Parts: sequence; structure tokens; C-alpha cells
Amino acid sequence: MNGGQSESRGRVTVLAGRLSANRWVLSCGALAIFLVTWLAGEPVWGGIAVFLVLCAATVMAPAEPMRALAGTKPALAPALDNVSALSLADAIPDPIVFFDKEGVIVHANAAAAEAFGPLRSGSPVRLTFRTPEMQDLISRVLQAGAEKEGVDFTERIPVERLFRVTAAPVGEAEGLFVFVFKDQSEARRIDRMRADFIANASHELRTPLASISGFIETLRGPARNDAKARSHFLQIMEAQTARMARLIDDLLSLSRLEMKAFSRPGGTVDVAAVLGSVVDALRPLASELEVVVEKEIDAGPLSIRGDPDELFQVFENLVENACKYGQSGKRIIVSAARSQDGVVATVRDFGPGIPREHIPRITERFYRVDAENSRAQKGTGLGLAIVKHILTRHNARLEVWSEPGEGARFSVHFAPD
Amino acid sequence: MSTHTQRAFDEELKFLTNRIAAMAGHAERMVDQAVSALVGSDNGLAEKVIGDDRLLDMAQREIDDKAISIIARRQPMADDLREVIGAIRISADLERVGDLGKNIAKRVVAATGTQQPISLFRGIEALAELALTQLKEVLDAYASRSVERIGMVRNRDDQIDAMYTSLFRELLTYMMEDPRSITSCTHLLFCAKNIERIGDHATNIAETLYYIITGEQLPVERPKEDESHKVVAGIGKASESLDR
Repeated sequence: MNGGQSESRGRVTVLAGRLSANRWVLSCGALAIFLVTWLAGEPVWGGIAVFLVLCAATVMAPAEPMRALAGTKPALAPALDNVSALSLADAIPDPIVFFDKEGVIVHANAAAAEAFGPLRSGSPVRLTFRTPEMQDLISRVLQAGAEKEGVDFTERIPVERLFRVTAAPVGEAEGLFVFVFKDQSEARRIDRMRADFIANASHELRTPLASISGFIETLRGPARNDAKARSHFLQIMEAQTARMARLIDDLLSLSRLEMKAFSRPGGTVDVAAVLGSVVDALRPLASELEVVVEKEIDAGPLSIRGDPDELFQVFENLVENACKYGQSGKRIIVSAARSQDGVVATVRDFGPGIPREHIPRITERFYRVDAENSRAQKGTGLGLAIVKHILTRHNARLEVWSEPGEGARFSVHFAPD
Repeated sequence: MSTHTQRAFDEELKFLTNRIAAMAGHAERMVDQAVSALVGSDNGLAEKVIGDDRLLDMAQREIDDKAISIIARRQPMADDLREVIGAIRISADLERVGDLGKNIAKRVVAATGTQQPISLFRGIEALAELALTQLKEVLDAYASRSVERIGMVRNRDDQIDAMYTSLFRELLTYMMEDPRSITSCTHLLFCAKNIERIGDHATNIAETLYYIITGEQLPVERPKEDESHKVVAGIGKASESLDR
């Protein structure tokens, strides 16, 4: 019932649409015939002729019913007609790459440029997506056209990423194809984070744990009634548990950083302000170690794109390291300045310096230049690894200079905003 | 790429580029998997890498044949000629990268036979990451034809050399402390050297690429900073400068 009703209503609408679309032609024709017959003096025949023309025009009207229907939904389709495929592609947050039947990139949307770096139109798509799976996918798509199966595209460098890629032809006869990338890195990173955390934690927590259980054994056995030894042992155990807590904190923050390694921070940060608050926060430590902190920070906001809390952590680590390991130099200089390509922030100490062979490796996890000294200073071996991760995320560069006996200089180069 | 009156010529040049892309993908994958196999002592993965090397050899021969026949039949000039010659050289470098990856994979069993300190593998991993970054950057530069990114590749080579020297020192110390580790440490030393060589091949590709794009040679390389040839095993001194 309903269907029939709406159908007949549709037909009436179409008819009305046809009539109104042809109203000028129809009225001109009717007027002309009426004039001719009226002038000839036979008005009855003229009226019949006008009626016939009207009928014929209604039945044979060439205007498509769609146009009449479009008239009832005003302005939707014409607005879409004006949207180009390019602006549509740029509005989509997933990376999309168009290529032609020769395998040459035609267009890559903004998300693709963000994910894979600038993709030049006109360069072969195979050259950018080089993994064997992608090569197969490209061959299959170019030969067979449609390709239902997606493949995984993994990249290890600079951070591990995993995309699910599907390929499909676009349009009718344009000979264009499109890759759509779905980012699956998150799930992969969670897996890896769990594995890494367990591996690192089990390895690094074993030492303090072994020493604590050793002391417990002693306290229950030979030292049961020795009050002096007991307080001494408990003190050591307290230090060891504190160390374990620090280790877990650092491992967790490192894992969290790895999770979001590829998302660049959005906010704006004033490096000068961050350095100022770091120096203020570490003043008690510096005075305890009898180190003078000098500031040489350029006036005015040195703003860069970044996350204030993470950058605070970076400079906190660097200044703290400078205080602890450069203690013998008695002073450190914290400076920041604008350079021709962004902002440079530097922490300089005048301690013993870092032997040259260690410099390339100090940002590795748990790499220690001097294990004994590091433990004595309550280091976890993760500080510079955290620094490196945060800076990678900020697209910044860490430069380390050191001469034995003259101290060390850690410079952070931020790209311009 | 400019268009030629003969479409077939364009097709042939495109064929070369596409084959190089496929080779590059295989070479990158091989190095990555070889190092993963080494770090995770995964013999199955190592076998796979060793088998994959054949693909690279075949691809290189194919590119050679095609390039020779293009030169003979089309007699290319200027940037076309550089493109063809460049393809021959880049494919040779990539084939060497694959060989080095295969060599690392072959050493997996011997190098991981005895228990090794975890920090050694971290060092090798970090070195491999540097080399792979360099390889990826130069190949991305090949795709985007951007000369600006080539300079960076050469700078990174210095980092690789410094890291290699540091690893060399560390391995030497381990061997002096515990002679039982000499076998596996020597294999690891060769693995590290292979990775360092991969970085050199990436630098070579960068230079070829610069030549293809600009028609000029990069200035002659500065003196190498790899100082492992100067490292001497001073008993006592070397071991006390290192942790653990």
C-alpha cells in the first residue's frame, strides 16, 4: 500500500517537474498555434490543437525525471559537485596515496605526507613503499584491478609503525588506483611495550631484589639479636627499595613515551621559561652538591612546538646529570638562544667529562659510563634514554660534546616552530 | 622523469627504477631480519634471510642486463645515461648490502652459542638502527629526488663509525675478561663490522644519487673517523674504563 502510494506521488511529482521545466517552450508553442488558428478564424480547432501540443509535450518531454527530483532536494548535490577529490582526500585523517596504472604517484593526501614524508607526484610508488609485501600488492593491483585483500606495511625506522593497506581502483575509466592506510601501530606498540617492560624490569630489578632478600636472610638468622647491624641493614634495604621504585618509574615513563613516539606534540612551549623553572626546581640539589648554576638565557619567548611537561623532564635530567657527574667542576651553565634554524638550549658542566668512546652510546638504555658512580648518584641508567625519546618525538636533535678534563656539553637543537 | 619520443624507452627506464625499488625493499628487510635473528637468537629467521639473498642476486643480474641493453640500443645521453649507469651502481651496492645481511645471518648460531651480556646486543641493535636509518633515508631521497637530504646521510656515517669504534672496544674488553667468550665475541665483532659496511654502502648510494640528480660529484670524502684501527688492548686499563 505504502509503496504504491509513494510511487504514484512520485509520478505526479515527475509530471509536475516536467511541465514546469518545459513551461516556457510549452507556453510559446501554445501561444503560437493559438495565434495562427485564431487569425485563420477557427478558434475551436485552435483550442484542440493547443490541448494536443500540451499532451504531447508532457509525454515526450526529454527532461530527465532526476532533474525534477533534484529540484525537490535543494542544493545538496551541486555542493558536492564542487568538492574536488583532492580536498576530500586531504580531509581524511588516514594516509591515502593515488597512483596511476603505470605505478606513478598522482597525489598523496596531507596525512600521507605527515606519515611518510613528502611524496613527490610523478615518482614511482614502488620506490616509496619498498617492502616485499607492498611490491606484491602493487603488482597484483596493477594487473587485476580490484584487490580485496589488504597487506601489512611495517616500518621500523624512525619508530616502529604498522599499517594495514588496502588498494582499490578509483572511478570508471580513469586508470587511477588508491592505497588507503589504516594505522595499527598502537596495538603493536602495546604488545612490544609489555614484552620490553618485562624483559627490562626482570633484568634490572633482580640485583636490588637479590640484595634485599640476602639481608632479610641475615636479619632472620645470624643478625637476629644485633640491634646495630639491624638498623644498618634496614637502611641499605630502604635504599634498595627506593632504587627499585625509581627504576619502575623510569621504565614506565619510557614505555609511555614509546607508545606515542610518532604523534608530534601540539602545544607551544617557551624554552626560556622551561629552563628557568628547571633551574629553580634543582637549586636545592645544586646547593647540596655545592654547584653554582649560571643562566645565560636569551630574552623574550623562545617558543617551539612541544609539550611543557616532557621538555621539563628533558632539562631536569640534563641539569641533574650535570650537577651530579660534573660536581667537581663547581659550576654549570644553562643557556638558550635563537639560532638560524630554530632554538638551541645547552647544558654545560666543567666536570671530568665523558670518555670519547662512550659518547655515541650514552643514550642507550642502562648504558653507564661508570656503573659504580652512577649507582652512588642514584641513577637508573634510563635518564638519557628518556631524554632521547622525548626529543625524537619533538623532532629535536641532541648533540653531545666532551673533552676529558674539560667537562661536557649537551645541546638540544629544536626545529623552528 | 622527462618523456621521450619513444615510449618504450620510458618504459625501460621505469623498469630499472621499479626493479631497484624491489631490491631496496628486500635488502632493507634482510638486514632488519638478520639483526633481529642475531639479537633474538632465532635460527629459523636466519635461515630465511640466507635464502632471500638469491632474490637480490637475480635482481642485480637482471638490472645489469637491462641496463647494458639500454645503453647498446638507445645510446642514452646526459641525465638518461646517468640514470642508467646509476642504476647499475646502486644495484651493485644493494646486492652487497644483502650479502652483508646474509653474512650476519650465517653467524647467528656461532655468535649466540654461549650466553652473552645483554648490553652487547643492545649496542649491535643501536648500530643496526643507525645503519638502517641511513639506508632508508638515502632510498627515500632516491624516491623524492631531493638533494638536500643527501648531506645528512654522510653526516650520519660519522655516527656509525664512532659507535662501531665503541663497540669494538667493548667486545675487546669482554674477550680479555673471559677467554671463553672469544669465539662468540669474534663473530659479533664481524657482525658489527658488517653493519658498519652497510652504512658505507648507503653512503655510496647517496653519492651515486647526487651524481644522477645534479650531474656533479660530491666533494671527495673527508678522512674517516672510524678509529678502531687505533684501539689497542691495554690489559687493565681498557677493562677498568668500562662498566661491568
